[in-house]
Amino acid sequence: MLGRLSIDALPLYSWVAMTGAFVTIAGALSVLGLVTWMGKWRYLWTEWLTSVDHKRIGIMYVVLALVMLMRGFIDALMMRSQQAIALNSEGYLPPDHFDQIFSSHGTIMVIFMAMPFLTGLINIVVPQQIGARDVAFPFLNSLSFWLTAGGAGLVLVSLVIGKFSTAGWTGYPPYSGIDYNPYVGVDYWVWSLVLSGVASTLTGINFIVTILKMRAPGMTLMRMPLMTWTALCASLLMAFAFPALTVAGGMLELDRLFGMHFFTNDAGGNIMMFANLLWIWGHPEVYILILPAFGVFSHVVTTFSGKRLFGYASLVYATIAIMILSFSVWLHHFFTMGSSANVNAFFGIATMIIAVPTGVKVFDWIFTMYRGRIRFHTSMLFTLGFLVTFVIGGVSGVLLAVPPVDFLMHNTTFLVAHFHNMLIPGALFGYFAGFQFWFPKAFGFRLDERWGNRSFWCWIIGFYLAFMPLYYLGFMGMPRRMEHYSVADWQPHLIVAAAGAALILVGIILMIVQLVVSVRRRDELRDLAGDPWNGRTLEWLTSSPPAPYNFAVIPEVRGLDAFHELKERGVAYVRPDHYEDIRMPKNTACGLLIGGCAFVFGFAMVWHLWWLAVISVLAGLVVVVFRGSQDETEYTMSAQEVEAIENARYEQLAKAPRPEFDEEEEVIPGAPLRGGVM
Amino acid sequence: MSAASQSAPVAMPAGFLDTERRSKRALGFWVYLMSDAIIFALVFATYVVLSRNYAGGPTAAELFDLKRTFGETMLLLFSSATFGFATLAMLEGNRARLLVWLVLTVALGAGFVALEIGEFLGMIEGGATPDRSAFLSAFFTLVGLHGLHVSVGLVWILVLMGQLLIKGLTRPVASRLFRLGLFWHFLDIIWIGIFSVVYLPGVL
Repeated sequence: MLGRLSIDALPLYSWVAMTGAFVTIAGALSVLGLVTWMGKWRYLWTEWLTSVDHKRIGIMYVVLALVMLMRGFIDALMMRSQQAIALNSEGYLPPDHFDQIFSSHGTIMVIFMAMPFLTGLINIVVPQQIGARDVAFPFLNSLSFWLTAGGAGLVLVSLVIGKFSTAGWTGYPPYSGIDYNPYVGVDYWVWSLVLSGVASTLTGINFIVTILKMRAPGMTLMRMPLMTWTALCASLLMAFAFPALTVAGGMLELDRLFGMHFFTNDAGGNIMMFANLLWIWGHPEVYILILPAFGVFSHVVTTFSGKRLFGYASLVYATIAIMILSFSVWLHHFFTMGSSANVNAFFGIATMIIAVPTGVKVFDWIFTMYRGRIRFHTSMLFTLGFLVTFVIGGVSGVLLAVPPVDFLMHNTTFLVAHFHNMLIPGALFGYFAGFQFWFPKAFGFRLDERWGNRSFWCWIIGFYLAFMPLYYLGFMGMPRRMEHYSVADWQPHLIVAAAGAALILVGIILMIVQLVVSVRRRDELRDLAGDPWNGRTLEWLTSSPPAPYNFAVIPEVRGLDAFHELKERGVAYVRPDHYEDIRMPKNTACGLLIGGCAFVFGFAMVWHLWWLAVISVLAGLVVVVFRGSQDETEYTMSAQEVEAIENARYEQLAKAPRPEFDEEEEVIPGAPLRGGVM
Repeated sequence: MSAASQSAPVAMPAGFLDTERRSKRALGFWVYLMSDAIIFALVFATYVVLSRNYAGGPTAAELFDLKRTFGETMLLLFSSATFGFATLAMLEGNRARLLVWLVLTVALGAGFVALEIGEFLGMIEGGATPDRSAFLSAFFTLVGLHGLHVSVGLVWILVLMGQLLIKGLTRPVASRLFRLGLFWHFLDIIWIGIFSVVYLPGVL
């Protein structure tokens, strides 16, 4: 009846694990208690949990990402502190627990921090940028979110009931097979990945259709803002790369559940198949993470330089080139696994080629800043930090793309330093920049810049302290994922790295301080006009926070930087003579219910509770059929209601300080006028 | 709306699938199908890699029975044809004829699934279980994944038949039927792939 579930599932094996379980439970209980105490359950249910509004879903995604960032970062702190003290000693983490920590750190940061963060930003921004009222499939959007949340829930539950995988975030067999890992850890890993992977596939489909079908009149493909372009390319990658993760995870689970032989040592299994399948997803995944961040940087740079984007067309083509090339480099993740020299050479060269469009982008951003009037907003600092730091990571990546070099560096902390050097400045700084940049759009007030800037400096200095020593240690031959070691020369560097992690902790605390300070000062920081930075794209035309329908009247687009063009013509805030009824999607609990069923299903499969698995599948199916039979999924917002909301909006606009339009870009000699083809 | 379409045949106006909402859904469903095609492509690739790894167990030539496979193929292809006729009936607005064609489609599809389950059971009884060798793991997974899709398709047809009976041939139902048709024909194409990649090379 209870499958593998027994009292042994509680984390009584180490006090650290018990603390983790306690913190998880206490966190969950305090959130539930807080909502109950404030009497906000009904509000939460009707306005958020069942919402299909892309802005609300986007905010929920970002909240999920920030929560998981805390969890993943605590893992990082534990690893750094363990390695700082574990010279010829056991430190404070037993090996089995240490292995769980590096596995969950990678899984969480990639799948449950970065993915929700970028999906949240895309959700909030892209429909507004293209002048749409919502995404193509609002219910599917809600379903994607709840599937992701279900997957994240499985990872969190593994802290309390059972253990997480010890096989690293890539979970290579045969170690992740049933022979070496008979307990539940790998199952938690697989099912959480599969749930969120399906969610990402659906998100990809949703945004492909949204961007291709729902743009405002006049917005041709080559007038789409860069964030929309990168979102489109990332969505294509999500829809066509995530199936590989589903397949790899599914087959591993078939091996584990039914004794099949896809990836086993015996009976004809082929371990290489797993590495191939995983990285056919895994490499495009890297670009799924980083392309939307590139989109953010493009907007931050143009807005805070007060100029058109330099080389818009080249940025678009570079984005597309990266998207296509990302499917042709996956083998560089396992050069050492015995492919022939020619195969390695092909993938090595392809890997070096993919650095070219990325380099094009870096130059475009630099030239956009050139002779601009730069404002050093927090998001701009993160962008500058990215530009400098990311190039270092790119260079170390090209180094690793040389197969013979990779043979030397393989599985060392050099690799760890390299991909953190790409993903922290490249992806995470981009999300932070987007967070600072679009926060007023989502919540109606700006974030306090002083605390934001302080946080940035902690992040960037902490980053260098934490990861530059790892490059050095990798050269010295230190393998990654070591629970303890006996080389005394390594320890000073590991202590520096731990200090870097501690500084990043300060950066995170300062971000929380920034949030608290900004909420308390929200009246001073209020964004009345909806355009706090003198923005250039359509999302700044809406009010902050936007009305449910975003645009009462769909704007007409006449060029790149559509909003900037409207302001120049002086028609950005002209009142229309009348309003029309607007069709809006109705809220529904179906996404939440299906996500809940998926979570229960995953849990049941982890613990071999077959009856519960069957029940949850049937329950999910009932909800799907119910939803699939609903004809009226929209309601009409009457023209009067729209007018009332818009009147309030215009009253607020009248109170706002008039934005200045003294753009000097047009008189700068040599600045590209159309920003388009050079 | 439903009463009208139940009583008199109301042909779907030309281009009714081209309205903005339906064209969004059609495109979304196409992208989903392509993403599902990637899943199949990867399982196909895995099968090809593992297809000779018998590990001393039964080989493809010993296990496959082309006559049965031919039967399965005929059933599935004819079910696609009947679904095509169902779509024509839908476009003419003839609910009764549409239902008849759908019943036929379900019968043929169910026959396919029954034959496949029979094949699987026969193999398992003969000791050719999925955990016997990598070849058999890949075989059962690929063919079973397709069979699972067909089974889901059958449930979906039944659900839409229920909607037809309760709501009548309304536009939302017709729009769903259109996407179900895409799904059903897609499974046909996958089956052609399975026939050509799994069964034919197995016995040749």
